[in-house]
Amino acid sequence: MAGARDSLRVVGKALRKVDATAKVVGATKFADDVALPRMLYAKLLRSPHPHARILRIDTSRAVALAGVKAVLTGKDLPIPFGILPVSQDEHALALDKVRFVGDPVAAVAAGSEETATAALELIDVTYEALRPVTDAADAVAHPEPRIHDYGDGGNLHKLIDLEFGDVAEGFAEADLVREDLLFFEGSTHLPMEQHAAVADWSPPPDGKLTLWSSTQTPHYVHRALAKVLELSPAKIRVIATPNGGGFGGKSDPFSHEIVVAKLAMLTGRPVKITLTREEVFYCHRGRHPTLMWVKTGVKKDGAITAMHFKSLLDGGGYGSYGVASTYYTGALQTVTYHVPRYKFQGARAFTNKPPCGPKRGHGTPQPRFALEVHIDKIAEQLGMDPAELRLKHLVPPNSLTANWLRIGSMGLGPCIHKVVEGSGWKEKFRKLPPGKGIGLACSSYITGAGLAIYWNPMPHSGVQLKCDRGGGVTVFCGSTEIGQGSDSILAMIVAEVLGVDPFDIAIVTGDTDLTPVDLGSYSSRVTLMTGNAAIQAAERARDIIASHAARKLALPAERLAFAERRVFDVENPARGLTFAEAVQLAEAAEGTVGTVGSYTPPPSPGRYRGAGVGPSPAYSYSACVAEVDVDPATGIVRVPRIFIAHDVGRSINAATVMGQIEGSVYMGLGEALMEEMAYRGNRNVVHKIPSLLEYKSPTTLEMCDVVTYVVEDPDPNGPFGAKECGQGPLLPVPPAVANAVYDAVGVRIDEVPITPEKVFKALRRKAKGEAARYGPTAFPDIVWPEPTRVPPPWEGGDGKAAEGSGGRAKTVKVPV
Amino acid sequence: MLRLPSFNYLQPKTLAEAIAMQVDAGPDGAFVAGGTDLYPNMKRRQQEPKVVISLMGIRELAGWEMRDAGWVVGPCVTLSDLSILPSFRQSYPAVAHAAELVSTPLLRNMGTLGGNLCLDTRCNYYDQTYEWRKAIDFCMKKDGKICWVAPSSPRCWAVSSSDVAPVMMAIGAEFRLVGPKGERVVPAGRLYANDGINYLTKHPAEILAEVRLPAPNGWDAVYLKLRRRSSFDFPVLGVAAWVKWGTGKGEGGSVAEARIVLGGVASQPQEVPTAGATLAGSDLSDEAIAAAADAAYRPAKPLDNTDFDLSWRKQMTRVYVKAALEELRERQR
Repeated sequence: MAGARDSLRVVGKALRKVDATAKVVGATKFADDVALPRMLYAKLLRSPHPHARILRIDTSRAVALAGVKAVLTGKDLPIPFGILPVSQDEHALALDKVRFVGDPVAAVAAGSEETATAALELIDVTYEALRPVTDAADAVAHPEPRIHDYGDGGNLHKLIDLEFGDVAEGFAEADLVREDLLFFEGSTHLPMEQHAAVADWSPPPDGKLTLWSSTQTPHYVHRALAKVLELSPAKIRVIATPNGGGFGGKSDPFSHEIVVAKLAMLTGRPVKITLTREEVFYCHRGRHPTLMWVKTGVKKDGAITAMHFKSLLDGGGYGSYGVASTYYTGALQTVTYHVPRYKFQGARAFTNKPPCGPKRGHGTPQPRFALEVHIDKIAEQLGMDPAELRLKHLVPPNSLTANWLRIGSMGLGPCIHKVVEGSGWKEKFRKLPPGKGIGLACSSYITGAGLAIYWNPMPHSGVQLKCDRGGGVTVFCGSTEIGQGSDSILAMIVAEVLGVDPFDIAIVTGDTDLTPVDLGSYSSRVTLMTGNAAIQAAERARDIIASHAARKLALPAERLAFAERRVFDVENPARGLTFAEAVQLAEAAEGTVGTVGSYTPPPSPGRYRGAGVGPSPAYSYSACVAEVDVDPATGIVRVPRIFIAHDVGRSINAATVMGQIEGSVYMGLGEALMEEMAYRGNRNVVHKIPSLLEYKSPTTLEMCDVVTYVVEDPDPNGPFGAKECGQGPLLPVPPAVANAVYDAVGVRIDEVPITPEKVFKALRRKAKGEAARYGPTAFPDIVWPEPTRVPPPWEGGDGKAAEGSGGRAKTVKVPV
Repeated sequence: MLRLPSFNYLQPKTLAEAIAMQVDAGPDGAFVAGGTDLYPNMKRRQQEPKVVISLMGIRELAGWEMRDAGWVVGPCVTLSDLSILPSFRQSYPAVAHAAELVSTPLLRNMGTLGGNLCLDTRCNYYDQTYEWRKAIDFCMKKDGKICWVAPSSPRCWAVSSSDVAPVMMAIGAEFRLVGPKGERVVPAGRLYANDGINYLTKHPAEILAEVRLPAPNGWDAVYLKLRRRSSFDFPVLGVAAWVKWGTGKGEGGSVAEARIVLGGVASQPQEVPTAGATLAGSDLSDEAIAAAADAAYRPAKPLDNTDFDLSWRKQMTRVYVKAALEELRERQR
């Protein structure tokens, strides 16, 4: 489908984003900029209890307040929803129970935000407090009282046990077997734009609802609104406004979106809500705090013989994407270094905190941290250079993994070479003066989830394309611009195929009335999936236009090229038409020139229960070297520079690829050094610091220098060979920093964030001759379900589970 | 979004007018200068004045002048101006440096010297919205009865978080206070009390009208600040160190007098007299510095109400006092 590199005129260039000017001059209309005549303002009353039954709600005083137009409680919206079909466990407003401090309980619409805020104080709620579950270990230890009445027993939401080959046999063959325990703290997305939504209702006979929302997933919001409001999807229009950052935090349907819709329907007036920063912390859906245990057997040369990985995720109060997140903590261990036998056990706990979900890297940064630190330790024990060890055992391209993931292009080797050479690794590793260190880590990430959130046989992405007789082109696609540059990718790809300027192309995205479905801006799927759909639509348009231009020019269509806004003879470029003239010929002959394109990922070879998480059309790869300075007197870690190489398949926009890689490094650095969703377990499980001031995230001043290498190893499944770059480069940063800290001062910090306190404590332990380490010390006993046994490809399997093994978790088994 | 409550905003032109307005308003009144402390607190309902009296229109609060070889600075001078003015910087580098370390450039453009000196004490049980505080049943500093940092304590343990105040105490600055009953001049340290609620000793209608700095010779001072991010965080530890040299500078003279004042470890900037005393007569030898650092470490009593782990913060007192004194010694050589 794609031309050779030297023939590309747009793809691969560093162009400004098509929406850049509007953003820079402040013209972009974000959700909070939407203002409609007669608009009301909504506020949410939130729970002051982490876990309580709602005994009574009296809204009469609020209803009586002058200026208040409507008050809602859970009873007004009794139908549950949730992003995954298996966890429809949320209500727009708590029905009978609250599950975290900040859980929405009631809503008010009023003529001003001040009045709505004042009305919240007049809503009287009587609660009966229940014992809160403060973290995952507490959930394992206390199955009662249950937070939800579904799941895999007690307060465990999900239990997974998958076995690919006999790991015991693999450990027996090993020369060295090592076990490690690691912890990855939770963190949140911190988009600059707080979530906001505006609803407008045209009363019957139209009966039509329009919702503008800062969402990454308008299609899923559309479905949730239809379900909860009991409206036909045909009567609902969801418009995703440009997101001021998402990072996964705007991928769920949210309470406030449903609430403004309902309030608009009740009052007949438009209703807006803009969350406060504190409320954004309560929406959360961020990184799951994850405790991990990993055991790996290796031969003397570092070849892995078997790996057993356990994870325990602190899920917060609701399901969200949690089942998928849990699978993801075990899915991608196998795609970097060859693992012939693999066992994964994962558990997600319900706790009385804001729900966790997908944050950049979704469920994979935690196990990647564990794995890459673990391998660093193994390399040291074997006396091998950690870069050499990794290079020796890379997963080959075009292969299957033990858990039946199909690897296509695989550029990790070149990535490792780039950062090793660029950083002067060989001259520095274990050779720097005390306090200075260098560390290496690698990673991989999916380029789009192979399966949709809900099972369906339809495409994951659709594009409609319209050619104007004036030479303009309009591209319609359900994808959502969240700052990552997806609108620009559509423009560049279509411009490449049709030979026009990307800035001649109008992009219409994220509007369920106007655009065909794209599943949303999550799982790094947009460039690959919308890109392939756009190529298909554009090629179909090119074929139509070419056939009429060929007739006019009396040439075979195959001799025509599309470039520089012209359609011309490749053998005699002077002979040709303008693109607009060519479109006019086609339109005169056939009527309006419009085409469609769509994309469905290839089926995955894995056919066991749980095989839906992990498959992807293509995997991106990254290698990272971090330099650190550690002050032994304080334990303060500074990261002056990070070298990162990323296998992006092929850059579509070289500038945005660079931006996404640097942005990923930035976010990874924050998680490595300081970010922490901290709660006060002994103080009603309140979020300790729900503010931009006290939730510590790096600013520009804390950001390190980044040396980026873009490795291009085109993948046959990617548009022009492109793979993702928006999430993967985050993954290797925390383990690279941890490994560098060890290189600098000889202490292992087996958890992130790597704060000065932890380094300081570990240094003191080391000085006293104790274990030079800071990290978790135990993994709780969990009663795992019967494992699903799936023979790996090289043991003659067919991707299905062995007869009679596994299946569902034993939902009745509750560890006591 | 978080909205300011409604309030009356008054703009007096003279000190006398401002004081009269505050006397009229009583407990419902509050002075404001740059507003970078008060307004966010009002949004979170930590402070709920009905009458806000701006001091920014009072000319005499906004100037500078030299008097008796020292400087007199008006409290409404912004932190940006204080940190940028070259002649001031040259005379009082430690003060200018401390001002420069407050928050971000944007906030320093609004925030004032007086505002930083009178900064509300901070605590992460208190610096929260009304709804958040409701979830812990409030605390004694606002709307509640208990101090969650030290539940058995009769007093509030909110933390003095000013960067400039410890330096003012260390260098021996004085404050002129003007109130309904006249005016007085007090040593900087006398403005503060070790109580998170009543952390200022001034009468509510008294206005900090002048900051009087001693003549900038014969002594040296430094300020070091510990915080997570050097881009905008409040201090979790501030160390102001001041020494007065006994004999001629640059000849290995000995310390005639020294003061160490800590910020971020108590409800007031905390002077550690024993640390200063150990330095007197010394030439800031390693031993003398170690002894002073140890003396400063002992009384520092950080609690679990700011960023970072409290035991680490206490440990850092020693490290930072040592670094501050080493810097002074270095400059003397």
